[in-house]
Amino acid sequence: MITHTARPLRVVLYEGNGAIALSAPARAQVMAALLDKGYAVTRATAQGASGFPHDDRSLLVLGQFQNQQAPDLEDATGKVTIEARDITGLETLDIVSLVEKARGNKPMNQPGTWKPWFPVIDYSRCTNCMQCLSFCLFDVYGVSKDGKIQVQNNDNCKTNCPACSRVCPEVAIMFPKHQSGPINGEQVNEEDLRREKMKVDISSLLGGDIYARLRDRSEAAKSRFSKERSADKALEERKKCLTKMAQDGFIPAEVLASLPSPDEIMRKAEEAQAKAQAALNGNGNPA
Amino acid sequence: MSETSPSTKLLYCRCAYAQVVPQSVKDGVLAKLCDSGAGFESVADLCEMAAHRDERLKAFAESTPIRIAACFPRVVRGLFRQAECSLPEDGVEILNMRVQTIDEVAEGLLKA
Repeated sequence: MITHTARPLRVVLYEGNGAIALSAPARAQVMAALLDKGYAVTRATAQGASGFPHDDRSLLVLGQFQNQQAPDLEDATGKVTIEARDITGLETLDIVSLVEKARGNKPMNQPGTWKPWFPVIDYSRCTNCMQCLSFCLFDVYGVSKDGKIQVQNNDNCKTNCPACSRVCPEVAIMFPKHQSGPINGEQVNEEDLRREKMKVDISSLLGGDIYARLRDRSEAAKSRFSKERSADKALEERKKCLTKMAQDGFIPAEVLASLPSPDEIMRKAEEAQAKAQAALNGNGNPA
Repeated sequence: MSETSPSTKLLYCRCAYAQVVPQSVKDGVLAKLCDSGAGFESVADLCEMAAHRDERLKAFAESTPIRIAACFPRVVRGLFRQAECSLPEDGVEILNMRVQTIDEVAEGLLKA
């Protein structure tokens, strides 16, 4: 499970009592600029703050304060560090610089450095058939203690590869950052179901059961490998095996380039099938 | 536009980590929120937060009634569930900036 969220501070744009409100365009510009940098921003007005509880350890309060004097603020519990800065007369870029300076060297996740690409399961559609678990070669999926399919290692997912969603017969796997529906989470209609079910017949892409095909390819590769002792040949074989899927747009070329070896693919497939079977049998132990 | 009940929380997602929400819509919705007198919460990207199991999602899920301007409702609910803090069935309205207009989203957020 990913736990590397880095969020050093929350920015509060304060326009309540004791502060002069920004103009609406300036407010929108500042908020957009900070959000696009990856910050969470709360707008607090005379009507109140956003009303959400928070567990942030650091707050940076920005405002056009009276006499251009930011107040000294202190958390009564002592758990939260609160800094206030006056932004009177500052342009948007200056305000962003001020926030960045206040953050200092503390690490932070930032847009542009990574794309949140991972599958999201719609459990209202999922039938727990485990096809995704069996299909994914990158250990993205796992089984919960109570035998339910779940996304366990989203970091392993290959950016822009929605292949597992193609094998889901119920169109229950979504990729929120995908451009088109229903993979992007759009409501599923009958036409989608019909189309996706056709695509599910992934075996037709490879002329038979995908794993049988992979196994055959693996055997052929092994045979040639043993004859020719060529790692390059094995690599070529592995790539050929899934090229058809890539040509059909199911798998990006970069993903093909990072596929495990044929032997590793078979090992993973067998492990996944054992896990899936165990879950479907209602016990946590592979048969 | 009538004034939102103070007890209704508003959450805006910027979708900053991938540009799948039309820029004009997310800018327009943000502008309308900023024009209103409402306090609200905004985050860079709910997907990024869900990927990292960000604990703030739990606070959002527990803060009903809530209106969320983000993406397809199926996705938003899925993201929260995957982060182990499912959104309740009641008290949650999700506005979809990928397909709805600026006015539709803003009116949905800011209605009384």
